[in-house]
Amino acid sequence: MTRTGFVIANLFRKRVRTILTLLSVIMAFLLFGLLQSVNSVFSSGADFVGATRLFVQARVSFTTALPVSMVPKLEAIPGVVRVAYQQWFGGVWLPTNTPLIMFTLDPQRYHDVYPEWKMPEDQWQAFEHTRTGLIVGRQLAQQYGWKVGQKVPISSNIWPQKNGSKAWQFDLVGIFDGKDADWQKRTNLAFIQQDYFDEANQFGIKGRTNFFILKLAPGANAEAISKTVDAMFENSPDETKTQTEKDFNISFVKQIGDIGLIVRWILFAVFFTLLLVVGNTMAQSVRERIPELAVLKTLGFSDGSVLGFVLAEAFALVLLGGLVGLTLASIAGAMVEKQTGGQFLLELDRGVWLLGVAAIVLMSLAVGGLPALRARRLKIVDALAGR
Amino acid sequence: MSEPMVQVHNVTKVYERGKQQVEVLHGLTLDIPKGDFVALMGPSGSGKTTLLNLIGGLDKPTSGEITVGGNRIDQLGSGALARWRAHNVGFVFQFYNLMPVLSAEANVELPLLLTKLSAAQRRKNVAVALEVVGLADRAKHKPRELSGGQEQRVAIARALVSDPQLLVCDEPTGDLDRKTADEILGLLQVLNKEHGKTIVIVTHDPKAAEFAQRTLHLEKGQLLEQAA
Repeated sequence: MTRTGFVIANLFRKRVRTILTLLSVIMAFLLFGLLQSVNSVFSSGADFVGATRLFVQARVSFTTALPVSMVPKLEAIPGVVRVAYQQWFGGVWLPTNTPLIMFTLDPQRYHDVYPEWKMPEDQWQAFEHTRTGLIVGRQLAQQYGWKVGQKVPISSNIWPQKNGSKAWQFDLVGIFDGKDADWQKRTNLAFIQQDYFDEANQFGIKGRTNFFILKLAPGANAEAISKTVDAMFENSPDETKTQTEKDFNISFVKQIGDIGLIVRWILFAVFFTLLLVVGNTMAQSVRERIPELAVLKTLGFSDGSVLGFVLAEAFALVLLGGLVGLTLASIAGAMVEKQTGGQFLLELDRGVWLLGVAAIVLMSLAVGGLPALRARRLKIVDALAGR
Repeated sequence: MSEPMVQVHNVTKVYERGKQQVEVLHGLTLDIPKGDFVALMGPSGSGKTTLLNLIGGLDKPTSGEITVGGNRIDQLGSGALARWRAHNVGFVFQFYNLMPVLSAEANVELPLLLTKLSAAQRRKNVAVALEVVGLADRAKHKPRELSGGQEQRVAIARALVSDPQLLVCDEPTGDLDRKTADEILGLLQVLNKEHGKTIVIVTHDPKAAEFAQRTLHLEKGQLLEQAA
């Protein structure tokens, strides 16, 4: 037997209680891992290093459309080689009423700006020349069993047609895939023609788009171009906000609210509850063992050793639960990433793991501290006499 | 006269119970030679257990001197006293006080975790201690799988395993039937006679006291007589 063996034996003296407590720790750290990884994505600062594309949206909001007539001005900026644009369509696959990630766009421009999408050239041509054309990513096509050449009924929860109907019908002319594993994960997208949308939507929205995508020349200074764009349209009716692709995706979700604050409050609630649950378990466990702790001291274990035993139990409990929870969060994050086609990255990076380990240590001290001090202070003769 | 193992000189012990101060021992003086087997008897509240706790270094006197095996244990700090207990004294309690989560052999090994012995040497010492108390075949059993007498034997093995010269036993047979109690007391007698252990037991049972070499009576915190 070793001291570690003694700690583990004591930890599992009431198996049901320990397992239930362990489950609560696992759940807390699972949430911590997932939410903290969300938080770290949202709290990361703007990073223009290595950016090959910039996104330009209205300064007020992503939902405020910008005129497509801005394209020539954007393309005239040194370092910008091509400009594409996209408009959110809000499509819903009618038979299963499933929302789709669907945009309207100019096929040729988009093709030029996103060489990462791989699709036979004849399908790109068909997309460009078919006004009701629709192209979808491989994942989406596989999910719904779509084949090139079929008609796809899609409803838009934003844009009715001129006849008032929200049900649109498109001709599937192409299925694209990603150039590598990373891009292949994102093939859950659907695109339709901007021209057809301009012509057919009921609100007469024409020549406007949600955002522009600037393809930059190799080695171009993305940060400088970003500033140039925003300066160019400053004090105009269409003021802009230019950012990298990654930051654009983040700011899109940030419209929900202050994600960091929400995450911090949820984590505070989770850990506060955990503190009470595990703290109570540890306190109860020590209370039940007062005579045993007194015997340890009688045998010659010092006050510090007894304190160490109790703290080690708390640490072992939180460490085990914490590591299992964080590992599950990693697995769950990878699954979410896969399910969302890489649109929602929930990777537990090194920073989240380090923060997790720090939380394990702090939580262990918090839940084990008071019971350990009680164990340290207990007087042998009083404890043996049951006082 | 043989060398003294325990010397208690003019010891007073005062407990604080709320705002009240209760003097349990009043200037008690006592010598116990090496190899002695002493039974402490007396009515409840006479100070038997208090005296035993002081001799075993579980508590400190309010005044007076206690020397055990040449060490002034009343002057030791908490950490030093814990180290002294680990190497010099074995304890046996009325209710055995074994760790319920550990097997018999792990319970016996517990005090050896405070030594620098290797795991193999610890296992060997544990086996010897269990052999001495006649429980080698129950080594893997948890306390709840043992009878009261067997639990007390494990407790005695735990007290013996680090080879202390002094054993202090607080009502070691108080929770056992007569036959089992006699077996346990017989075992203590063997440890005293054959292994030279100095043993001090507290008991209410005159039959148990008969196993000791001598009996000391306490009443109201004072030693009344010394019977051969």
